[in-house]
Amino acid sequence: MDMFMDGLANALTPENLLYAVIGVLLGTMVGVLPGIGPAMTLALLFPITYTVPVESALIMFAGIYYGGMYGGSTTSILLNTPGESSSVVTAIEGNQMAKRGRAAQALATAAIGSFIAGTIATALLVLFAPKVSSLVVGLGAPSYFAILLLALIAVSAVLGASKLRGFIALFLGLAIALVGSSTGQARLTFGSPLLADGIDVVVVAVAIFAIGEALWVAAHLRRRPLQVIPVGRPWMDRADWSRSWKPWLRGTAYGFPFGALPAGGAEVPTFLSYITERRLSKHPEEFGQGAIEGVAGPEAANNASAAGTMVPLLAIGLPTTATAAIMLNAIQSYGIQPGPQLFDNEPGLVWTLLASLFVANTLLLVLNLPLAPVWAKLLRVPRPYLYAGILFFASLGAYSVSFAAFDLALLFVLGFLGVAMRRFGLPVLPLIVGVILGPSLENQLTQALALSNGDVATLWSEPVAKVVYVVMALALVVLAVSAVRGRRASTEEKQEVSA
Amino acid sequence: MTTTHETTTGPEGPRVVDRAQYGLATFLAVVGGVVVVDATGLRPGFADQPVQPSFLPYVVGSALVVLAVALAVATARGSVAEPEGGEDIDLTEPSDWVTVAKLAGVFLANVLLVNVLGWAITGAMLFAGCAWALGSRTLLKDVAIGAALSLITWYGFYVGLGLPIPAGVLDGVL
Repeated sequence: MDMFMDGLANALTPENLLYAVIGVLLGTMVGVLPGIGPAMTLALLFPITYTVPVESALIMFAGIYYGGMYGGSTTSILLNTPGESSSVVTAIEGNQMAKRGRAAQALATAAIGSFIAGTIATALLVLFAPKVSSLVVGLGAPSYFAILLLALIAVSAVLGASKLRGFIALFLGLAIALVGSSTGQARLTFGSPLLADGIDVVVVAVAIFAIGEALWVAAHLRRRPLQVIPVGRPWMDRADWSRSWKPWLRGTAYGFPFGALPAGGAEVPTFLSYITERRLSKHPEEFGQGAIEGVAGPEAANNASAAGTMVPLLAIGLPTTATAAIMLNAIQSYGIQPGPQLFDNEPGLVWTLLASLFVANTLLLVLNLPLAPVWAKLLRVPRPYLYAGILFFASLGAYSVSFAAFDLALLFVLGFLGVAMRRFGLPVLPLIVGVILGPSLENQLTQALALSNGDVATLWSEPVAKVVYVVMALALVVLAVSAVRGRRASTEEKQEVSA
Repeated sequence: MTTTHETTTGPEGPRVVDRAQYGLATFLAVVGGVVVVDATGLRPGFADQPVQPSFLPYVVGSALVVLAVALAVATARGSVAEPEGGEDIDLTEPSDWVTVAKLAGVFLANVLLVNVLGWAITGAMLFAGCAWALGSRTLLKDVAIGAALSLITWYGFYVGLGLPIPAGVLDGVL
């Protein structure tokens, strides 16, 4: 607890508070902007980590993460199409509410629900992360290797509509991760010294998220602009409050555990929360016509899952969402390895970051209620400027890695890979996670086999590794059974391809 | 099992084959092949390297080839992709690849010229060119906005972040 108070004091210094405000504002702004999600924002703002101290950068990134989640909900309520996959469910009731003149109430229940869910979930994070970390600290390389394998398979197979496409994206990512001479020999460099250090994760992330997205939108830009529903300052009356508070709490209960699971993310808990609220509601007839419970629950689940994501990220070093993957890379770029040792080696940093999550959450509520009309104006930004701006900042971000035109050429090639992935429905997350975790996978395998003098049996010698392999086997059986059943029923189940 | 959630057309409907997916399958097979061939050229690892440098490339390369075959089979059976949607995306219209080609041209000009002219100039060209390709017809205003952005970011990096971003032909002017 003392450590937490120290962290809070550190997070509230004027300088760090300023970074939190900037992060929250930037995050909400770009979260609101169509076409830009929190992961792309972090990738675009990556150059900041080159000079800003690590604490400040992480505080800012945490603010961007929470702000981006919140901004996405504003977009899906005020426009009739959702942006991020995590706000698809919010859009169902939220947009109906807005169309019936209840946009202010929809935004209010989203903002207050996000605050409550974020605060509870961050408290759970503070409780659980050190516990998980002390459990994980005793694990050896074999267990780590098994956990990494499980995470890679889960991210590819569980999320998204098609397992085949998930694995294609994963192995493309692993192939990109092979480039370079990390093992002492140049792999896939084609004799070029420019590729000897490998392909920078920033270049890959910016190319796939920003360039791929901008070019894909350019190919399918709407001719008729979307109708933006005007909104004043968000507010709720007593009836809205009494209908919102239970969905907020239930949404939090769904969001946090799913966020903390490998391959959890926000899509499943927001969907579960929506179904639950529809079943429990005293006004089931309002669902589909703008029921406030259908905004309150999923929005709370959305933000709680963001906090849940931080548990495996900080305690194990395992990213479960694209945004977390970029944050992991940002932390690593300071020479700090997230994982069980983090709480022992960098207690000041961790506790400041955790405390700053509470700060960011409070800032979001304080800033976003009055600023909602301003954010709504952002939805009218001329699209040529928006996407020209994305291409501009993406190029700058990649160029700033080493001021080499070669990185821009690489950005261009990988950007077209990003377009192809969107065209062919390949999910982005497995590719990014593959690029980031590929080298760790090889390292852990090497370490495990080095200790056992090459005896492969060491890989399942630890109890945790055994459990993980059993879980993996069970998951594969379940997948196979559901595949057979699905083919018999031949029901078309269309799920949103997650980004 | 790999085709669980693939959208397949029923027996009564006409079977849709997305031929472009054969192109993707070919691409995957080529990438996989290149990874494997590259791995065969690697020397054996050092004595303290229990995992050969060529081990992971063999795994990844052959997996890509297997996935390429699986994709080709799924495509022939009528598996179609679900293209990604978004706020500004209208998937009901046919794809507009002309705009993408224009953007690609502007982008490549930046790649070729950035070392010669410097970011302050090519950045402005990049912004104005992209805005033009995307349908903006106020060229002077676009160039002005682009110039402002590229100068602000140039000074932001040079002064704010302390990163010596090359000035190109404007060396000494900025």
